[in-house]
Amino acid sequence: MLSSLLAAQDELGYLPYEAVDEVSLCTGSSVNEVWAVASFYPNFRFTPPARHSVEICWGPTCHVLGAQPILQGLVSHLGLEGEGDTEDGSISLKYNTCLGVCPHAPAMSFDHELAGRMSLDEAVSRVERIRAADSAGEQQA
Amino acid sequence: MTEAYEALAKRAAARWDELHARPWVRVGTGLMGEAVGALEVLSALREAIERAGVEATISEVGTTGLCYAEPIVDVHVPDGPRVRYGNVRPEQVETIVQRHVVGGEPVTDLALASVDSNVPGVPRFEQLPMMQGQIRVALRNAGEIDPTDIDQYVARGGFSGLDKALSSLTTEQTLDEIKNSGLRGRGGAAFPTGVKWGFLAGNPAPQKYILCNCEEGDPGAFNDKTILESDPFTLIEGCIIAGYATGASNGIVFIRHGHDSPIDRTRAAIQACYDNGVLGESVLGKEFSFDMEVSLVGESYVAGEETALMEAVEGKRSMPRFRPPFPAAYGVWGKPSNINNIKTLSYAPEIVRRGAEWFAGIGTEKSTGTAIACLSGDIRYPGLVEAPFGLTVRDVIEGMGGGEPTGKALKFLQTGGPLGGVLPAEQFDMVLDFDEMVAAGAMFGSGGLIVCNEERSVVDLTRTLVAFDQMESCGKCFPCRLGMSHILEILERIAAGKGRSSDMELMERVGVNMRGGSLCGHGQLGYNPVASAVRFFGGEFETQLEEGAGALASFVGPKSTRRGAQMSGDTPTASVKPDFVMHIEAVGTSPPS
Ligand SMILES: Cc1cc2nc3c(=O)[nH]c(=O)nc-3n(C[C@H](O)[C@H](O)[C@H](O)COP(=O)(O)O)c2cc1C
Ligand code: SF4
Ligand code: FES
Ligand code: FES
Repeated sequence: MLSSLLAAQDELGYLPYEAVDEVSLCTGSSVNEVWAVASFYPNFRFTPPARHSVEICWGPTCHVLGAQPILQGLVSHLGLEGEGDTEDGSISLKYNTCLGVCPHAPAMSFDHELAGRMSLDEAVSRVERIRAADSAGEQQA
Repeated sequence: MTEAYEALAKRAAARWDELHARPWVRVGTGLMGEAVGALEVLSALREAIERAGVEATISEVGTTGLCYAEPIVDVHVPDGPRVRYGNVRPEQVETIVQRHVVGGEPVTDLALASVDSNVPGVPRFEQLPMMQGQIRVALRNAGEIDPTDIDQYVARGGFSGLDKALSSLTTEQTLDEIKNSGLRGRGGAAFPTGVKWGFLAGNPAPQKYILCNCEEGDPGAFNDKTILESDPFTLIEGCIIAGYATGASNGIVFIRHGHDSPIDRTRAAIQACYDNGVLGESVLGKEFSFDMEVSLVGESYVAGEETALMEAVEGKRSMPRFRPPFPAAYGVWGKPSNINNIKTLSYAPEIVRRGAEWFAGIGTEKSTGTAIACLSGDIRYPGLVEAPFGLTVRDVIEGMGGGEPTGKALKFLQTGGPLGGVLPAEQFDMVLDFDEMVAAGAMFGSGGLIVCNEERSVVDLTRTLVAFDQMESCGKCFPCRLGMSHILEILERIAAGKGRSSDMELMERVGVNMRGGSLCGHGQLGYNPVASAVRFFGGEFETQLEEGAGALASFVGPKSTRRGAQMSGDTPTASVKPDFVMHIEAVGTSPPS
């Protein structure tokens, strides 16, 4: 069940109702049982994600080397109150407990590509580059 | 020697010669490299070599452990020196290709170190401060070989331990080697591995599992993922040896869903083993069959706990089970199972190949072999080192790690992960040893060492660790679920300068109840970070409790997510029928028969 849910999340970026239903049918479990698993792991989200993903690590090494000012600065730059999606639907911001590259702390990831030795300025400029490319793409579309 | 291995070794040696007969460029493109631009360096390199029109091999390798010097490009030319270049930027690649790959002369001013050769003005790799004193056993191939090329692994002696076991040792003798080596688990509890294998060997069931734990949820630790990224074959060989010694039929490697590279590389290596008769029916032509696969686990720290991992594998929430029954009697899918950490299993090939005595000769009496430490924080050379037990913490932090980089004094070390503790700088002469460190209240755990200088606040770091532990509590038992929330609440008000004089005592009371009343190690050890911080730096808490104490910098982190998110009624639904259904069918959902 977990592997099916992970596959659906990877494929769609979130778990819609249909996915939960489908997994419940395929595994012979009740929707409640599937839901119990899906809501337990932070891997899953249940609404479509924004067009781009940004993750920021708040793990202990990143914390020691200055993740909090970046995290708080970025949250307010994006007009958010914490983890979540920006109003224009361009960025989903997610916190991570450790991105696994502690030697390069503070660490973030932009569209699933890791970036180390971050600063608030660098984080903001990367986010703005993503947004600029995003709105250029939107206009073309 | 088995005939199968002889053939494999012969082919590997020929391929090794071939690789060395023309320029060979290796780039560390693991997660560590990726985070600092190794992928850009790799594509610049491909273009430069194409433009230069030279015939050269480019391999993506794992990491040497010298993270501070990433991205690392390693250039070998026939009849010339081999040099590793550090902190390479894409714009430097052209020079390296023109002068070294084409011209055969190393670019000394960009060189980090020479390997197996002397270049005037360039230190040898093993003379770098970070490498001095290291003994590389589990990391022997890290950064050296393409992690998906079985020939490269075999050419460096890979699978000869397995071959030795299969051709000249009985299963009991193989088990004895592990027992006599004194190998202890590297996943946290340091339980003797041979004894654990013995439990499984004693169970006569026909189908038994070896589980390889790469959940690695410990923030600050990255050694398990790095082994899988750099040399998954050593884990595979160790797992097969465990299977042979215990009579198990299947191995499963659990990796946390998230980063692709350890998953992809391990899968590719397993496939290569099947293609070459090292896995599957009759391993190396012998009457012993063993199957392996990779299974993904959702993000959950507690999923690293052995029984929770089994629940996760079965597709459920990762909530620990009651024990007994223990895994060796009733494990995954109810089958007898043995669970080990990635590092633990990665030692087995060299132990069998070189003998138990060799391994037992490294380290201390009760902690044999090496410790794989992840250095990060306020340290000059952050990265991964493999140090023999018996060195002091100072040897590792100040010697290999190069000490504090900005000239400030070191204050303390956080060890043992989020359930571990702190070690003040006055105690850095402590010897690396499982038992000594536990006695000092700072377990070695899975090897994450977070180094902090005099400017870091212990109260602040403790708050972060507790926030993590609170968020990760699986929620099965209330002393842990509510206790962690309560302690976090108290710590937050202390940090905000609003603590009460009774708070220290209150936290301790909650902590004692958690230790006694929790089902798994998470709750039992959940008070550890606070207890250890208070033991060594109680004064900082007291100061923070004094009237008029200011607030520490504010802290934002997620609160418990395990209560279940809400699926709102107006959830938009997918507009097209998705093709994940195919995945579901392909992945399969029933237990293997
Ligand atoms: C809360 C919790 C989390 C754990 N996480 C891990 C982990 O991420 N990786 C790991 O190898 N062991 C982890 N362990 C330890 C495992 O339960 C188990 O002891 C270990 O995998 C056994 O391997 P070893 O004997 O080789 O050390 C964890 C234990 C607890 C209580
Ligand atoms: S101690 Fe905590 S993590 Fe462990 S089973 Fe209980 S609630 Fe879950
Ligand atoms: S703590 Fe941030 S990457 Fe590990
Ligand atoms: S040099 Fe790569 S883990 Fe570090």
